[in-house]
Formats: sequence, structure tokens, C-alpha cells
Amino acid sequence: MDWSADGYILSSRKHGETSAIIEVFTREKGRHPGLVRGGTGRRMRPVLQPGNRVTVDWHGRLEEHLGYYTLEAIDSRSAELMDDRLSLAGLNALCIMTRDLLPEREAYPPLHDVFSIVVSQLDNPDVWPALYVRWEAGLLAALGYGLDLSTCAATGGSENLTHVSPRSGRAVCTEAAAPYGDKMLRLPGFMRGEGQATPEDIWDGLRLTGYFLETRVQWEVNRTLPEARATMIERLTSEGFAANPQ
Amino acid sequence: MSKHSVSPEIDRLISLLAKLPGLGPRSARRAALALLKKPEALMKPLALAMGDAAENISTCSTCGNVDASNPCNICATPTRDNTTICVVQDVSDLWAMERAGAFRGQYHVLGGTLSALDGVRPEDLNIANLIRRAGEGRVAEVILAMNATVDGQTTAHYITDHLETTGVKVSRLAHGVPVGGELDYLDDGTITAAMKSRRPF
Repeated sequence: MDWSADGYILSSRKHGETSAIIEVFTREKGRHPGLVRGGTGRRMRPVLQPGNRVTVDWHGRLEEHLGYYTLEAIDSRSAELMDDRLSLAGLNALCIMTRDLLPEREAYPPLHDVFSIVVSQLDNPDVWPALYVRWEAGLLAALGYGLDLSTCAATGGSENLTHVSPRSGRAVCTEAAAPYGDKMLRLPGFMRGEGQATPEDIWDGLRLTGYFLETRVQWEVNRTLPEARATMIERLTSEGFAANPQ
Repeated sequence: MSKHSVSPEIDRLISLLAKLPGLGPRSARRAALALLKKPEALMKPLALAMGDAAENISTCSTCGNVDASNPCNICATPTRDNTTICVVQDVSDLWAMERAGAFRGQYHVLGGTLSALDGVRPEDLNIANLIRRAGEGRVAEVILAMNATVDGQTTAHYITDHLETTGVKVSRLAHGVPVGGELDYLDDGTITAAMKSRRPF
């Protein structure tokens, strides 16, 4: 059983004295682990950094085996982003969220495509936080908990949708949301393709996706969201790219 | 190896040696045989040295280095520059810096890097002690000699954030072309880092 694909390194863990077990996020095979012989050596270590794009050949006797990878670097995104603390926080959050939340060996091509765009934009802090929020919304959809932001859950209308019901994950218009006050989650316009994302919108978007990822996905397996995500939000806030509207 | 063909003492020696880095069961057997062949010249002095080290070596309460004295020899040397602290991940990095002889200040050993993957958090590392040392007043510069990996640089950024309040200068080692390195053989990441860190010539 052999296959080849392009993908992104999500994580690398030392195995034995010279090998590493890595996880690669590919379009065709999803998040897939494998052993890299010599993965801790001088030649391979720079390649196996999270966020780097690689071409992998996977070999294994059976599909469900760990198998082993031979790989070649396509680009070293991590090296480009290392100097910038905000970009690095975004890269960490993106890779760790993918690794922790996405099931192994299941393909999610649209999610992979957005992942790829976010990684390519990580050096542009005016752009990537909004893309990241959209990616998390895509992650929810891929996991079967997609938000329905097309019409109001109460009135059926598609105008003035400013909130999301924490119970149903459906959009709610301002009038219908008013009686519930703070219980409703704010829906930033950019998530419906309306307008530019402000720092307040980024905060609201992260709160929205974070709420559903935590309560729908992680709660089921008795886990919380990775700390890298909280670190990224802290960094976005301290550098003015996200702001709590309250 | 069959338990019956080797005495329990030798078997124990082999199984302990096999736990050392670089040694598997086969090389551990070779090492055990080499020791057994030279008991006076090798085995007993080695046992004595290991006993001495286990008895006397401790971790320096100031910098985290390992030495027979506390504070360690480096911290206790008055001729070293105590206004500069070089932060390293592990004792092996400290030894590498000392071998190079390029630094005459003091060190601080973190004991690893922050890692979301392995669940290593700031409180698991020797970071609080570093911030306390940096805030003591005499320190003018902290040099972050962390590995050029995502975890290493994440740790460096975390430390930089926490040192901001102390007002000390924070610098880091350059990333780029190694001495004797040929561009043709360098990976893309190193070339990118070298290009970013270029300086007037």
C-alpha cells in the first residue's frame, strides 16, 4: 500500500533515537501520521517543522498501519514566520487545532484548501485573523456541526442577521435576538461575506467558533481547546488585531 | 540473551547499559564485555566515577547548570561578565557554548522548550527564575540562544514578552549560513533566514 501527496507538517515527535513520528495534513488523505527514519537528524529536522509544505511518499503494508514516510520539502514556511511572534502564534494555533480536532485519515479537501490559504497569509496580520476564523467555521462544518448563517432561526428572514443562537448554531436577526440579551453570540458580518473584519469582529468570530468547537466537539471527548489557540487570541488582542467589544 | 547463560549480575549490567542513549541491547553487550575484560583499568574506575557523580553533582540553583558545587563554577567565577545572561535550552547547549569559548557571561538553562505537543507549559521550565534574575538590576542584556525551531522560537517570544517589564536588552543568536556551509546544500528555511538576517559588509 503506497501513496504520494503534498501536505503540511502538523507535528513531529521524536521516536527512538533517530526517527520521528510526524503528522501531515494532505488534501487527499487528511491528517495522516507516519514514521520518518532519520527524522531527528540534521538534514531532516528543519524540514519537519510545523507549517512546512512537503511532498510525502507513504509506505505501509496495510492502510491502517502507521507506515513510514519519505519526504521532500516544498517550502519552509515556518522559517519565514519564526521571527514574528504573531505569525508564529497563528501557525501554532492552526497546526495544533488541526491535529487535535480533526479525525485521522479522513480527507477534508475544502478545509485543506482554506488551511493552505491561511498559511500563505500568515505574514499579513490584516488578513489572516479573518481567514483563520473562516477556517474554524469550516472546521465546524467538516466535523458535522456547521453553523447555519443563511436565514434567521426565528423569522426565516435573511436581513439584519447579527447573532447566532448558542443552542441551534443558527443565525438570528437583531429583533429576534434582543429579548435574549447577552445569551446570544454575536455574528460578525465578515462571516457572512459582508464588509471588512474589524478587531471587534475578529474577537466575536473567535468567540463564536470557539464556543461551538468547545461545546460540540471537545466537550464530547472531555477536552478543552488547545492552549495555543488562547495564546493566539491573547497575542491578537495585545497587538490590536482583535478587541473585546465589551 | 538467555537468562540461563549469563549471570544475573551481568544481565543487570547489560540491561542498564542498554538504556543509555546510543546503545541498544547488542552494543550494551559489547560494552559490558569490554568492561568485564578490563575490570581494574576500566570497570572499577568507571563505577567509582559514576558513584562520585551521582553523589556530588547537583543542579545549580541560580542558572540550572549541573556541577559539583552550588552555585556552579560558572556562576561563582568572579571574572565572568555578570551583566549578560545567555539563555539556553539544555545543559548540552551550555556545554556547546563553553566549547566555542565565544561567551564570557553567565548562563541560564531553561530545561527544555514550550511545547503544545508535549504539554510543556511555562511553569514546567526555569523561566520564572530567569525573569527574577533579569530584574535584579545588574543584568543589562539577555541573549536568547534557543534552537531555530518553532518550539524554540515560541519559547523565545514568550520570554521576550515577559522580560519587557524588566527593561533589559533582549537579543538572540543569528540564524543563517553555518561556517563552512555551501549554499547549494542548505535547506530553503536556512537560506530564507540568512537572507532576512543579512547585514552591511
